[in-house]
Amino acid sequence: MDKRLSIVVIEPDPERAAPIVDGLREVGDHDIRIISEETGLARHIAECRPDMVLIDLANPSRDVLEELALASGPTERPVAMFVDRSDEHLTRAAVEAGISAYVVDGLRPERIKPVLDAAIARFHMFQRMRAELAATRAALEERKVIDRAKAVLMKARGIDEEAAYALLRKAAMDQGKRVAEIAQQLVLAAGLLSCR
Amino acid sequence: MPLTPLRLGYVPLIDAAPLIVARELGFAAEEGLAFRLLRLGAWAQARDMLGAGLIEAAHMLAPMPVAQALGLGPALPDLDLAMFLSQGGQAVAVGAALAARMRDQGHDFDFRDARKAGLALQRAASARLRVGVPFHFSTQLELIRHWLGACGFSPALEVVTVPPPLMAESMAAGELDAFCVGEPWASSAVDRGLAALLLPGTAIWAAPPEKGLVLRRDFTVSDPQLTGALMRAVWRAGRWLDEPENRDTAAEILSRREYLDLPAELAERGLTGRLQVTPAGEFRHVPGFVAFHAGAANFPWKSLAALFAQRIARRHGLEPGPAMQKAMTHFRTDLYRAHLREAGAALPGASARLEGALAEDREVAAEKGQMILRADAFFDGTVFEPPFAS
Repeated sequence: MDKRLSIVVIEPDPERAAPIVDGLREVGDHDIRIISEETGLARHIAECRPDMVLIDLANPSRDVLEELALASGPTERPVAMFVDRSDEHLTRAAVEAGISAYVVDGLRPERIKPVLDAAIARFHMFQRMRAELAATRAALEERKVIDRAKAVLMKARGIDEEAAYALLRKAAMDQGKRVAEIAQQLVLAAGLLSCR
Repeated sequence: MPLTPLRLGYVPLIDAAPLIVARELGFAAEEGLAFRLLRLGAWAQARDMLGAGLIEAAHMLAPMPVAQALGLGPALPDLDLAMFLSQGGQAVAVGAALAARMRDQGHDFDFRDARKAGLALQRAASARLRVGVPFHFSTQLELIRHWLGACGFSPALEVVTVPPPLMAESMAAGELDAFCVGEPWASSAVDRGLAALLLPGTAIWAAPPEKGLVLRRDFTVSDPQLTGALMRAVWRAGRWLDEPENRDTAAEILSRREYLDLPAELAERGLTGRLQVTPAGEFRHVPGFVAFHAGAANFPWKSLAALFAQRIARRHGLEPGPAMQKAMTHFRTDLYRAHLREAGAALPGASARLEGALAEDREVAAEKGQMILRADAFFDGTVFEPPFAS
């Protein structure tokens, strides 16, 4: 979870890019890349697969990012944006919109941190949700395997479900493995045997 | 009486003319409005600034409010298209090398026959054709997909988003083989010797709706007077723009530093429909290349919302039926009737129609008397039937 964040800054003007990079460095140890070419933006971004893209609100290439956001889903790549005016309303609307966070007052480095923090927090929240979802799926898979292993044992040894599970648990404890692993081995072995 | 300020966003293209002309020639002031025009860099910026209430209305690609209605954008307040600002104004261009191959193989760049051009492109293209469009939800993308689809185009087609001012650069950088973009950006690429124009948008679809005047729904509800004044000012500007003798003046105004900041000669090409198709100086005349008013060009037909919605829904895995119904509620024929009746706009009896059914201009019944609808046929005869509201 606390891996380095890879951040792409799209800014053709080096003088404008420098304070953004400084601001980002203050926020944390991130992998920062600046893209200054205006052509082939979609290709460049696809190549480095960043966690986050920073781009000026008025940059024409923002429309290119829209296509990427649409293709990957906003949860995949938070986009934070900078605007040159202070507007609470815009910031809120944009952050609620999910795909973007705006930094008010343009590119002042001290303004980068709060919005970046918000974007990162949001990103981590989505990552956590995805991790939880993955864990739930894995647990479901394990239960299915254990059920199948129990069925194999019940049939082969003529025992009931409780006894089958006790057998699995004992084997797991004896070998210092997880019940799901033993079940997986048993299901695999049973599969091999029945394919004779 | 002091004028009420109104902030409007536009992207630098010749079809921003109704907003610019309304301000410069006093149509806005006549309605008691002071337009503050903000030149924007990106379509997404127009959408977000409108959604956040930083501007009251925007010059916007007509399919964008449809995509918003279908949930294919950020969660902003409801956006409605109150009227169209323009039809046409786009051109398809091919890179210089591809153009040379097409010419060697006998294509004459007649600028009229979309099927012939499509087949010639197919012969000359390699295994993959990369076509630039200005935005993922744009008339340009619909034109390209419809045109090449109807021609049975077989090389792999890759449609990529490229900002209009960067089309030429992207082509020069080898990122694109062709593009479809609004003027003056296609002509600008020709001027730089990087591309040749292959077709006007109107050769694919006779009346492609291009830009709309888009507002927040809550603004139209809370400020009906301002909404009406804005629509009338822009509508009168469109009527002025469609007088052929005014197009040169319009080109002068649009090209000023604070607007398009380009040579007037470049803006003039699209506005007058006299387009230079190759760097070598060949010209083609396209009557009605861009329209701002005539033939009910401004009427926000609900059937056009349905047409865009059906195509967008299919590409994004949504149910076309509900998508069409939802999109139709965002094209505000009711506002158009309410606010433009008193300005003397011809109002059709129906709010939806078959799209693509008119091979030539036709007189139809209007609320009062008759009105002329502009021909809107697709080159391949496609006719789109919307779900008619009961």
